[in-house]
Amino acid sequence: MEFKDYYKVMGVERDATQDEIKRAYRKLARKYHPDVSKASDAEQRFKEVGEAYAVLKDPEKRVAYDQLGAGADWKTGQDFRPPPNWDQGFEFHGGDSGGGGAHEFSDFFETLFGQEDFRGGFTRADHGRFTARGEDTFARIVVDLQDSYLGATRSVTLKHTEIGADGRPALRNRTLSVKIPKGVRPGQHIRLAKQGSAGAGGGESGDLFLEIAFRPHPKFIVEGKDVYLNLRVAPWEAELGARVKTSTPTGDVDLTIPRHSKTGGKLRLKGRGLPGKEPGDFYAVLQIALPPAETEDQKAAYRDFASAFDFDPRRDQEG
Amino acid sequence: MAKENPNDVLQSEIIETRREMSLYDLCEVCTVSSERVVQLVDEGLVEPVGREPAEWRFSGRSVRRVVVAERLSRDLRLNAAGAALVLDLLDEVKQLRQRLNRLGDTDES
Repeated sequence: MEFKDYYKVMGVERDATQDEIKRAYRKLARKYHPDVSKASDAEQRFKEVGEAYAVLKDPEKRVAYDQLGAGADWKTGQDFRPPPNWDQGFEFHGGDSGGGGAHEFSDFFETLFGQEDFRGGFTRADHGRFTARGEDTFARIVVDLQDSYLGATRSVTLKHTEIGADGRPALRNRTLSVKIPKGVRPGQHIRLAKQGSAGAGGGESGDLFLEIAFRPHPKFIVEGKDVYLNLRVAPWEAELGARVKTSTPTGDVDLTIPRHSKTGGKLRLKGRGLPGKEPGDFYAVLQIALPPAETEDQKAAYRDFASAFDFDPRRDQEG
Repeated sequence: MAKENPNDVLQSEIIETRREMSLYDLCEVCTVSSERVVQLVDEGLVEPVGREPAEWRFSGRSVRRVVVAERLSRDLRLNAAGAALVLDLLDEVKQLRQRLNRLGDTDES
């Protein structure tokens, strides 16, 4: 088990006051909130910060945690085994659910402090309206662009909590096969009826909602229901017009480049975006690529090119 | 929990393509109280068509806004006005990022 340096995670000194810890937490929570941050590890960081705060904000846990580090100088990641009876003489009170978004705590945390309430983050917190009905559950699922074009079946593994036989919540994994509807767009939600948390006292289960995210595609960019491709063309193709082969998510097509095309010009293929009742469009965005002049002949060709035109690209620029 | 067999393929429905949702539907989908939705409507965080709550019709887009607003309120202790501001700014940032992306700027920052 790896030791976790909660002070380091929070970026505070070991003698920080409770107020300083609170301020550090609020700042980091804003920075790494998965709905706000674009950082790929935001969710992970957000959880770590939540876990660190769950310990450091609680004076009882903090004192006990400090006690661990008193003898040895533990470093993050170092193999850690709690000394026997390390918590003797400390009394932990239930405490609230992690002060916001803390959940799925590390083994390190659970060994020391037991399992806390896992709720938060992308699992719904308690806002139960109908006491009998299970909560609806939210999770994210990453799909490929092709899945939206063709429809697909994907398996999703969800972590959820169940009250175990010993009356304590335990984390379970659950794998579901889910039909990804054709035409689904990033940021949309799909609903799986009755797959959320089980209801209390035989009440019906809530629904499971999956928020759809697209795995970034190496070529295509999705914007709402439209799909874009940056299409590189040679200067003569752009100026004289050409027919070029271009890839689209549904296969290659021949595209006519009109004469006098410019960089940034968009060629639209209507209805070739994400499918649906009102399908999106596909756009090839032209990027003029210049061939590098390496040989003498090629350099000469550029010079001929220059002498054939009376062209000053800065003519319309002032100054 | 009823079915756990991964071989059963679960059918799904896209929430956002539902044309119109009533106040009840939205509460159901987002698991929030109607009082809370009224509060969010007052802040302009979601904008239903219709005068009275009983006549309100929400677009599918409202689902995401309500869900994210609830997470922000809980995790960052924002009030409804703050969450509305964050949502609007996030939309703007997203549009700008997409535009940047499309302009061929492949810098991952």
